[in-house]
Amino acid sequence: MKNRKFITVILPLVAVCGLILLNALKSDPPLKHRNIADNAGLTLPAGFTGTALITGIGSARHIAVTPQGNIYVKINKLKNGKGIVVLHDSGDKAEVVSSFGDFAGTGMYIKNGYLYASSDENVYRFKLDAKNEVINPEHPETIVSGLISRHEHEAKAILLDNAGNLYVNIGAYSNSCQVKDRQKGSMGQKGCPILDSAAGIWQFKADKLNQHYSDGVRYATGLRNVMGMDWNYQDNQLFVMQHGRDQLHDIFPEIFDQKQSSLLPAECLYAINKGDNAGWPYIYYDQIQHKKVLAPEYGGDGKKAGGENAIDPAAAYPGHLAPNGLLFYTGNQFPAKYKNGAFIAFHGSWNRAPEPQAGYFVVFQPFKNGKPDGQWEIFANGFSGSQAQTESGRAEHRPCGLAQGADGSLYVSDDSKGTIYKITYKK
Amino acid sequence: MRVKIIVSCVLMMLMYAGVQAQVKHKAKPKAKHATTGLAASIAKGKTVYMQTCVSCHQVDGGGVQNMNPPLINTTYVLGDKTKLITIVLNGFNESVEIEGNTYSNTMPSHDFLKDEDIANVLTFVRNSFGNKAPAVTTAEVTKVRAAVKKT
Repeated sequence: MKNRKFITVILPLVAVCGLILLNALKSDPPLKHRNIADNAGLTLPAGFTGTALITGIGSARHIAVTPQGNIYVKINKLKNGKGIVVLHDSGDKAEVVSSFGDFAGTGMYIKNGYLYASSDENVYRFKLDAKNEVINPEHPETIVSGLISRHEHEAKAILLDNAGNLYVNIGAYSNSCQVKDRQKGSMGQKGCPILDSAAGIWQFKADKLNQHYSDGVRYATGLRNVMGMDWNYQDNQLFVMQHGRDQLHDIFPEIFDQKQSSLLPAECLYAINKGDNAGWPYIYYDQIQHKKVLAPEYGGDGKKAGGENAIDPAAAYPGHLAPNGLLFYTGNQFPAKYKNGAFIAFHGSWNRAPEPQAGYFVVFQPFKNGKPDGQWEIFANGFSGSQAQTESGRAEHRPCGLAQGADGSLYVSDDSKGTIYKITYKK
Repeated sequence: MRVKIIVSCVLMMLMYAGVQAQVKHKAKPKAKHATTGLAASIAKGKTVYMQTCVSCHQVDGGGVQNMNPPLINTTYVLGDKTKLITIVLNGFNESVEIEGNTYSNTMPSHDFLKDEDIANVLTFVRNSFGNKAPAVTTAEVTKVRAAVKKT
């Protein structure tokens, strides 16, 4: 009798209690607890370790790392009135050392004893001492001011070369240079006037103060918006990642269905020579047809080729993944195949809805003699948190900036939760 | 002691069952195929939303950080209907601040949509993603469109 009661009453109750407990335990432990156990939530190739050095520092955009282990982080939304955070990396964690700079922005670069930083309109620099620490954080020098920033593609990515030049991305204040921006059926403006002052890379002098548009050179044009750029010293050339246009279906539903619109156009890597034109807004690159296609705003039908005077991309990636960081790896820590190849931080898509979103990862693109060589691969994945978060676009972390440490470690910033990751390799 | 465990287990079971029942209950109206009134307007509005609005404002109405504003629990959506209808008709080209976040992308005019479609999609948005606000009628859209045209 007692036994029967156990089976019919108590056993089911115990089972139910067990199920409830299991359900409660299922949710993921917080970041810091799973840090070492599972590479801070990142999926990496064998031998690599991912560490979340710090989190919650704000909208961490581009980053620069010093040989002394300090990380300068450009913040896109002022935190306590400051737009640059200084961290010190002590190996498996980082601490905030200080913060300064009363401007928000994206660009952050160290060159020739100066820390360069950009707001959405200006480029500044701060002199560094022998330990690469900012001498006078309250008084930056203004290098360039008055750059266009109008609601779209405001962020100014920056880069310096070895010849005393500063390169600044000035993004198009438009999606596709329509008469009415993003308006269904609106055609392209003839002789797109945006190209005069935006949609390109401008070159300025790295050490001349108070420059304006008239002091700069339009180094490359027809680039809708560029966040990731780096100098390739193997063939001494500028490389940039373009953010391709949005909304082919919304604007021309009779030509493109939602599925096509979610995949097209490609996000392109361009090798840039002075004077190059990448073709925006007249063309986009179709990575499925492998050709430059005339934009529908300029009479295209999704098939007609265009852009005879525009350069071809050096490599093309799936649409809307939003490449926000580009870095040529020159370190010796990682295996030989990574040397001189490119890491690309894909911030993740939004313009694929209602199709599943994609991206939120760091890609490795192999290079040989300064040119892409072979198929790209996902190097670091898992920033979003889960496949469901990737597909819904509600990613927990979004990779943005990349930097290489003196020891060859790779640093990745996340502008969503303000996490700084360090990726290292051990044989 | 055993009695205590059994009682607490039964309580937990009841709570669990209750939660399940609530979930089931909530899901029910969605499955219904309504043809008239508010439910019909919401259903038709969803079709418009999934065709015209979803690429920016997303399937869950949550928008895109720094770019496209969310449609969840904001006065832009739940407040004055005339203002809301005007945004759809004229588009919106200013930076918007919602709960400390700024959204700056351009919203184009959607005056190509019929009055009925605008009424339905706004009714859908005002009654989805956790929102609850009175429906927008076709007559209200017609009136605002006439006023917008004059200015």
